[in-house]
Amino acid sequence: MTAVLELRHAVAGYPDRPVLQDVSVAVAPGEVLAVLGANGSGKSTLVRVGLGLLPLTSGSATLFGTPVSRFRQRHRVGYVPQRLGAGSGVPATVAEVVGSGRLPRRRVGAGRRPADRAAVERAIAAVGLAARRSEPVATLSGGQQQRALIARALATEPDLLVLDEPTAGVDATSQATFAGTVRDFVAGGGTVLLVAHELGPLADLVDRAVVLHHGRVVHDGPVPAPAGHHAAPGHDHVHPHAPAEPPGIWQGSDR
Amino acid sequence: MEIFASQFMQYALLGALITGLAAPALGTYLVQRRLALIGDGIGHVALTGVAVGLLTARSPVLTAMLVAVAGAVVIELVRERGRTSGDVALAILFYGGIAGGVFLVNLSASHTNANLMAYLFGSPLTTTGPDLVVMALLSGAVLLVALGLRPWLFAVCHDEEYARVSGLPVRALNLLLAVTTALTVTVAMRAVGLLLVSALMVVPVATAQLLAGGFRATQWLAMGIGVLVAGAGTGFAGLYDTAPGATIVLLAIAGFAVTTLAAAGWRRLRRPRPPEPDGTPVEPPEVMVGG
Repeated sequence: MTAVLELRHAVAGYPDRPVLQDVSVAVAPGEVLAVLGANGSGKSTLVRVGLGLLPLTSGSATLFGTPVSRFRQRHRVGYVPQRLGAGSGVPATVAEVVGSGRLPRRRVGAGRRPADRAAVERAIAAVGLAARRSEPVATLSGGQQQRALIARALATEPDLLVLDEPTAGVDATSQATFAGTVRDFVAGGGTVLLVAHELGPLADLVDRAVVLHHGRVVHDGPVPAPAGHHAAPGHDHVHPHAPAEPPGIWQGSDR
Repeated sequence: MEIFASQFMQYALLGALITGLAAPALGTYLVQRRLALIGDGIGHVALTGVAVGLLTARSPVLTAMLVAVAGAVVIELVRERGRTSGDVALAILFYGGIAGGVFLVNLSASHTNANLMAYLFGSPLTTTGPDLVVMALLSGAVLLVALGLRPWLFAVCHDEEYARVSGLPVRALNLLLAVTTALTVTVAMRAVGLLLVSALMVVPVATAQLLAGGFRATQWLAMGIGVLVAGAGTGFAGLYDTAPGATIVLLAIAGFAVTTLAAAGWRRLRRPRPPEPDGTPVEPPEVMVGG
């Protein structure tokens, strides 16, 4: 069976300091694969290479069996970035942002078909933002903005959902809504690649986990059990050393 | 409205209205992308084109358009490669453009800098019939791109990385935006002049975004404001014999200032008390992260 997303012996990053060092990962159809690891372990680089945003130094990356540089069926992939940097002054409504997620299904310059409208409204409803569809995204809370981003990814009706740290800095209510949306997507036969620092409410959805450490795969199998004090009930996972996660994903720097 | 009885005032008004409509339509994308000053930069480059036209006795509008388009493409390619050296590269292009313009014009004995001034600061009162036809055609093209491709240009300007993942022709769209910016500069050159071109592309958008809640709404409102200030500015200039381009821009800025104050007052009226905490203490307050 062709893997939905596959990296083989992937090396990527800076020439003198590769961030990914010989990583091989495959996501099977219908699978929910979590990529875990500390900050700087290469998780985000793995996603960027898999989506074709970053070139490989060596090795190969394929989407649905096609080398990623030649992959044209972009509507089959829904990407949820960590946050949307930008914060330009021009406001954009939820419906406008989610609507841009439908573009892989539209020819450039072509009008919107009824199916396009319906898919965008369905995606907005799926994340519980129907009441706020005409509000500027900048006025939403961090969790709501994150939900708008997943709606944007769902608007193209993808087969694969790629989530990069989707619940970082998101309030508990939104995390639960988010988990429900992903659960529905998986129930509909969707494949998920989830990159996370910690799994949170998404933990019971995950079929398999890959753990990265310094750009190498150190674990590939069942979700590792939380160790030490992380396993204690009521552990709230405070990272005093970590930078504060901005909830306002539209407020970040524009990189 | 008897000041618009003469033909040159009618032409001036029409030219200003065309500019007021087209410039903010395109400028909305530039503001969204934080390239508010790019129009000014391309205006500098277009000056060399004007000088080439004056020197070779061809239509300065045509040569300005060609040089501006070429300059815009170069600027976009530099922008695409990265930012650190791009900043300096752009500065070199801008000042090269204006220096080239002045240098070339001075080469010809008959054309003094006075002729150049008309293009630097605009001279809508000398607009001719053929000028108007060219302006109408160019702004038609600008509006076609700015309104017809709104979802795609919005996607690229809003989140370029996502547009790449979506498989959109990001580079082609960026170049199209650059070329259209150059066309807008050429259109606006007659009405407000090359040094004030950016103002009509940016200030109405800045005003509109204070009032509108969405991208589409901002774009339409900015076009409305652009037409309004262009018309009123030309009328004022005709009545009181002021410089038309500068009057239009000052009016636009005054509108922005009044709107900013009114919007702030309105917000204060609507929210007399600080907002209640909304029961999500898990979420830390909004923070800005740098770099």
